[in-house]
Amino acid sequence: MALPKYTEPHYRIWHYIYLTICGAVFFFLIAPLFVIFPLSFNAEEFLSFSDGMKRLDPDAFSLRWYKDMIYGTKNPWGLAAKNSFIIAIFATIGSVILGTVAALGLSSRHMPYKGLIMAVLISPMIVPLIISGVAIFFFMAKAGLAATHTGIVLAHIILGTPFVVITVTATLSGFDHSVTRAAASLGSDPVNTFMKITLPLILPGVISGGLFAFVTSFDEVVVVLFLAGLENTTIPIQMWTGLREQLSPTILAVATCLIILSTLILVTAELLRRRSERLRGINR
Amino acid sequence: MSSETKQILTTDGIPLEVSLKKAEKKNKIKAFLLVAPLLFFLIITYVFPIGDMLFRSVDDKMVTQMLPKTFKAMENWDGQELPDEEVFAAFHEDFIKLVEDKREGKLSTQLNYTKNGFKSIIKKLRRKSKSFEEGNYKEQIMSVHKRWADVEYWRAIQRRAPEFTGQKYLKGMDMYVNEEGKIVSVEEDRRIHRVLWLRTLEIAFFVTVFCFLMAYPIAHLLATLPMKYSNLLMICVLLPFWTSLLVRTASWMILLQQQGIVNDFFVGIGLVADDNRPEMMYNKTGSYVAMTQILLPFMVLPLYSVMKTISPSLMRAGKSLGGTPFVAFWKVYFPLTIPGIGAGCLLVFILAIGYYITPALVGGASGTLISNQIAFHMKSTLDWSFASAMGLMLLSGVLVIYWLYNKIVGIDNIKLG
Repeated sequence: MALPKYTEPHYRIWHYIYLTICGAVFFFLIAPLFVIFPLSFNAEEFLSFSDGMKRLDPDAFSLRWYKDMIYGTKNPWGLAAKNSFIIAIFATIGSVILGTVAALGLSSRHMPYKGLIMAVLISPMIVPLIISGVAIFFFMAKAGLAATHTGIVLAHIILGTPFVVITVTATLSGFDHSVTRAAASLGSDPVNTFMKITLPLILPGVISGGLFAFVTSFDEVVVVLFLAGLENTTIPIQMWTGLREQLSPTILAVATCLIILSTLILVTAELLRRRSERLRGINR
Repeated sequence: MSSETKQILTTDGIPLEVSLKKAEKKNKIKAFLLVAPLLFFLIITYVFPIGDMLFRSVDDKMVTQMLPKTFKAMENWDGQELPDEEVFAAFHEDFIKLVEDKREGKLSTQLNYTKNGFKSIIKKLRRKSKSFEEGNYKEQIMSVHKRWADVEYWRAIQRRAPEFTGQKYLKGMDMYVNEEGKIVSVEEDRRIHRVLWLRTLEIAFFVTVFCFLMAYPIAHLLATLPMKYSNLLMICVLLPFWTSLLVRTASWMILLQQQGIVNDFFVGIGLVADDNRPEMMYNKTGSYVAMTQILLPFMVLPLYSVMKTISPSLMRAGKSLGGTPFVAFWKVYFPLTIPGIGAGCLLVFILAIGYYITPALVGGASGTLISNQIAFHMKSTLDWSFASAMGLMLLSGVLVIYWLYNKIVGIDNIKLG
């Protein structure tokens, strides 16, 4: 953002102060994430930069914490990762199906009590997690689903559906309903119309809602802490335990992997958003 | 002419109005059936359990059911002096039954919530009651421990007679019903919950303010820069947004520890002495810094989406009409961003007020919030009814804020970036 030539000096100074402030805030946002990378390659057991690392001595760096993460005998990361992925995948499938179908109903202009129902459907996103955790725990304990994968998957479906409902409703808001009417007039039944016409058009919204649901489940720790037994440990639970007991560099190795995963998700979500905007004819 | 001929008929002879209404109703049912699976799923697994919390928070049946005969006998007791033999005999009978079922431990835990000191005397009573002789239970029970001869303890038992109670809510505000039945505050040095509520509000408020002060300039920059630069900078906002909360908390734990990078930097520039490194974690500072960074994207995104819609020509018009850039900003630009400010602030405030993980890890004793207390009672003391009561108090606060949010911005304006 270049300043025009006629700008007076003191506004020029203000402008540079403003840019400096912005730079500092961006640094504050992103820098903490980058501390984890180098430290996860630390050859020593400390969580600060050793003298060797400061001199960029190759001996000061190693992959020992990554090896520990994968092969470490006492480390439950393997089980945790397996559980996390299984739970997140099933929770995503459940959230996407329930959320998309509900969003289709909500976007219909015939829907009665729209505001009230919408409020109920997105309530798990608004209620603080700790309260959701307590409530869901009471339900699962009564239903005999505490400390089971099923219980955790159901809990994560509860937490994940609001994101799907919101993203899919947003996509449907720009949806031209005459195409489905055209399909119907050409003799297509509703299910066929949905699969062949509606779904391909709203797919970017569905997938980005699914990504939100996946991340919600994959990162979720508050509710899982109430529900999980030893068998159902997940990556967030292991990280939570590790961070509370002792900060070992293995956690940083795991954290690095998670940052890479979230970068991939960010890129996918961003590409989908652009595609969705293009399909809906919103050009910015 | 009859009215029937006036009506427009459809091909199958039904009046159009009726036919339309029928179609409308069918559409309504269709739309509702699509929403129904999720709605009922949420009602059963989520809305009812929250209602269950309400029930649990006032439910006090446990003691009522454990000492049915005692409470029946107590109905005639005025509570002034020690109850008579009838009450003691009934209590003895109930107690023997509880010991048989091995439930006297639960009774002692429950009574201990009402008044400290029950645990030991119930244990003692269990041991001694084996050698009790029939008759004159008053003398025998009173001889077990001097507290059994104290009328205060019997009044405490009597206070647990009702099936429902609001005392958990009072406890959440550090109040209780005293012997005369009046609601009073606990002693000054034991008011832990009020301190926590105030601290939660304070931290949520300041985190919101900090987030606003930091987010406003960068949202403005993102909204005014050319697309190719702003997309690149947007990554700085979105990457933390998508990264696991625990990863971000972990990075703050590394940065803020005493031998950590921030402290190294302070020592390096000579701000603090090497042997006098400040404690920046396990206190309020830790909670403030980490929560501000973690919640910042939630402020930036709504602000950005509002600022994006403001035409730059408005600022130019303001300046061309004789305003300095500051006047133009304050009178033209700022008022237009108010919807975004409202959305961002309330979003951050709601999230901050219910925060649990980050304060638990970096907050230490002085930086924990009300959520940590709820989790503590759920997992450690197992006083679930108290946890429910505090959860609902927090929830009602959030609902008030949310209602404001809906008034100011509207529920449909929630943006997910």
